[in-house]
Amino acid sequence: MTAAYKVIGTRPIRHDGVDKVTGRALYGADIQMAGLLHGRILRSPLAHARIRKIDASKALALPGVEAVVTSADLPDPGNKVAELGEGAINLHHLSSNTLARGKVLYKGQAMTAVAATSAHIAEEACKLIAVEYEPLPPVIDVLAAMKESAPLLHDDLFTESLGKPASKPSNVAKHFQFKLGDVEKAFKSAAVVIEREFHTATVHQGYIEPHNATALWNADGTVTIWCSTQGAFTVRAQVAELLHLPVSRIKVVPMEIGGGFGGKIRVYLEPVAAALSRKTGKPVKLTMSRAEVFEGTGPTPGSYIKVKMGADASGRLTAAQAYLAYEAGAFPGSPVGPGAMCIFACYDIPNVLVDGYDVVVNKPATSAYRAPGATNAAFASETVVDEICEKLKIDPLDFRVKNGAREGTRRADGPVYPRIGMIETVKAAKKHPHYTAPLTTSPPHHLKRGRGVASGFWFNIGLKSSATASVNADGTVNLVEGSTDIGGTRTSLAMQLAEALGITAQEVKPSVADTDAVGYNDVTGGSRVTFATGWAAYEAGQDIKRQMIDRAATIWEVQPDDVSYEAGVLQCKKDMSKRFSFKELAGKLHETGGTIVGRASVDPTGVGGGFATHIVDVEVDVETGKVSILRYTAVQDVGKAIHPSYVEGQMQGGAAQGIGWALNEEYRYNEKGEMTNASFLDYRMPTCLDLPMIDTVLVEVPNPGHPYGVRGVGEVPIVPPPAAVANAIYRAIGVRLLELPMSPGRVLKAIMAT
Amino acid sequence: MPIVYIPPLLRELAHGQDTLTVPGKTVGQVVEALEQSYPGIKARLCDGDSLRPGLALVVDTEVSRQGLRHPLTDRSEVHFLPQVSGG
Repeated sequence: MTAAYKVIGTRPIRHDGVDKVTGRALYGADIQMAGLLHGRILRSPLAHARIRKIDASKALALPGVEAVVTSADLPDPGNKVAELGEGAINLHHLSSNTLARGKVLYKGQAMTAVAATSAHIAEEACKLIAVEYEPLPPVIDVLAAMKESAPLLHDDLFTESLGKPASKPSNVAKHFQFKLGDVEKAFKSAAVVIEREFHTATVHQGYIEPHNATALWNADGTVTIWCSTQGAFTVRAQVAELLHLPVSRIKVVPMEIGGGFGGKIRVYLEPVAAALSRKTGKPVKLTMSRAEVFEGTGPTPGSYIKVKMGADASGRLTAAQAYLAYEAGAFPGSPVGPGAMCIFACYDIPNVLVDGYDVVVNKPATSAYRAPGATNAAFASETVVDEICEKLKIDPLDFRVKNGAREGTRRADGPVYPRIGMIETVKAAKKHPHYTAPLTTSPPHHLKRGRGVASGFWFNIGLKSSATASVNADGTVNLVEGSTDIGGTRTSLAMQLAEALGITAQEVKPSVADTDAVGYNDVTGGSRVTFATGWAAYEAGQDIKRQMIDRAATIWEVQPDDVSYEAGVLQCKKDMSKRFSFKELAGKLHETGGTIVGRASVDPTGVGGGFATHIVDVEVDVETGKVSILRYTAVQDVGKAIHPSYVEGQMQGGAAQGIGWALNEEYRYNEKGEMTNASFLDYRMPTCLDLPMIDTVLVEVPNPGHPYGVRGVGEVPIVPPPAAVANAIYRAIGVRLLELPMSPGRVLKAIMAT
Repeated sequence: MPIVYIPPLLRELAHGQDTLTVPGKTVGQVVEALEQSYPGIKARLCDGDSLRPGLALVVDTEVSRQGLRHPLTDRSEVHFLPQVSGG
């Protein structure tokens, strides 16, 4: 593959840009249609209770109310586990999370739903539904939930591991372990050993657009769903399983999406809207309020992590051990597995022991959030690495060069790395002017400044994608693909197709299609779309090229082998005067055999993991505990950057979210298991007023596994920030914070304790 | 012959060994061979003819998309790991 690209690496204006900035782009809440009903969900006020009775008679009697549904309107799937693209899902848990069955397991869990002629009537109707509960004691802390005496969320949950089957139920859903070498022996001979315990809080993805779904159950038994989702095909699959429908009877139309970050993969409203539409025979629209998003969707887990690391006197890491316990929320499935795989993934360590536990608690069932599991883990391990560097008086970036993972390094969980870019990111960070810029304390004595660094890793994934591309008579190409566009991917896919064909990005018109209009596509998640759907676009381009060559050969009455295709120009090798540009030949297709359509369906291997190293300067007000970010640089191994602006945007967005995670964001609970800050007023996310411009450095180590060298870039930038900020705070005030968020109250308390 | 990295929690069943050289041209054949020598190991890794839900198969440096049908060479490394999705 040529390294001199014409389209890849440029910055064309995004195809959806005009619609997005003029407000014409259509989101799920914009759906309007004749006869549309409005739905509202009644949610549990209790964190843990048995459901004794639901009486909706008064609600049904309210004028304007047309239907009420409960879990009785969804078939009971039993304990079936289905592979739904990104991983295995227990359908009983998914169904119970959609509408509670038997028990409620968190405040905010959906109980019943009403469809009415207006949203206000639906809301009033919800207040008329009488639910009898038998309250049960909640448990909302991961370590408390692991105790034998803890209230049990599920009587039928037994710890799953590859070890001996468990004999009694527990709140510990899963146990993983990874082991290399002999950590006990290695710790005994280490020159320095540091062991610390860390706590992190539940944090939400904070996407700006709440969940929404509109469903129309047609008279012929087919269902159309319009929704905000990271994966139309996974919505189709989940709804099919939950409503016992064949996938062929369901069409899912993905609307434009206002953020997802992993939180819009599991269904919440879609099956409920469909069930209400089935009962009423009319389209039904459901949207969530912000409080419902906080309390009724899938945040990322809080956690307890203990890390112990040892190094020899020269600064070589010799041993590392970690214990990770992640809150899964109401149902099993926290990302403790990936967290346990990532925690030491940046380093080459010969002796490692990692234990990970997935633990249910009375909080919303957790979902993925950008590199799920890795941020919590890196906060712990990168803080301990920083302390080791300080003890040994070694520069933190030099330490990472010495110990960093490389091609051939064996990870703690077993596999060996292929070509990776960890060392390149560290060296690029060390060379960056930020690293050596003077950091002076401001004149006011109460403001202290410090600089910190941290690194992080994320796997990225591949999975399945399909695309078709049809050549128009004017030389443009329509690209139909099925990956919801969260970060500019429709343009990056158009660019890859354009590069393959030798035309411009503007000559490709990409569109994101519904599930009836394109072949199967897995979710937009796992940083996979530019890699996998890009590969599908590339292969569709190769298919078009082959057919264009055949067509030119037909026109010139030669064999296809006698036709060359280079940079968008077809030429007859036997008579060089015979040539067509792509556009010229496109104009002749109708009269020479018809239009040309290229297609591809891929499930590629060759996924490249990504590394990042971040540098941050902070200023701590020791009188208030407030931490300000003065300067931030994100260095990342991005493979080949297809559209550098979108890569930079992913890095900046991930860093901003990681900073919010570090400094302010947390779910606050009272002793009854009620979230007390379910609004953006009190759940404090960073705004543009809180952050400086985040500088980005794109280190391009092409992924040898992709035609254009693509690595996923969207997730790893959220991994380093909490640790980088913690390390900077330490250098500012001499106190290490081991709990997230490092909010002003916590920082002040830590300062006062010294 | 392919090398199978035995997950730590399964090593008790495999007589404490962390790696085993096991004959087989596919992962499925390797699992059957493991079961012959260490009865009970297949039930921990598989659910019928498939990998257990929640488990991923990594062969050399790649997450396998073919499960038990994944072909192996004499130098293949086989790992059983938690599934990784993404956000």
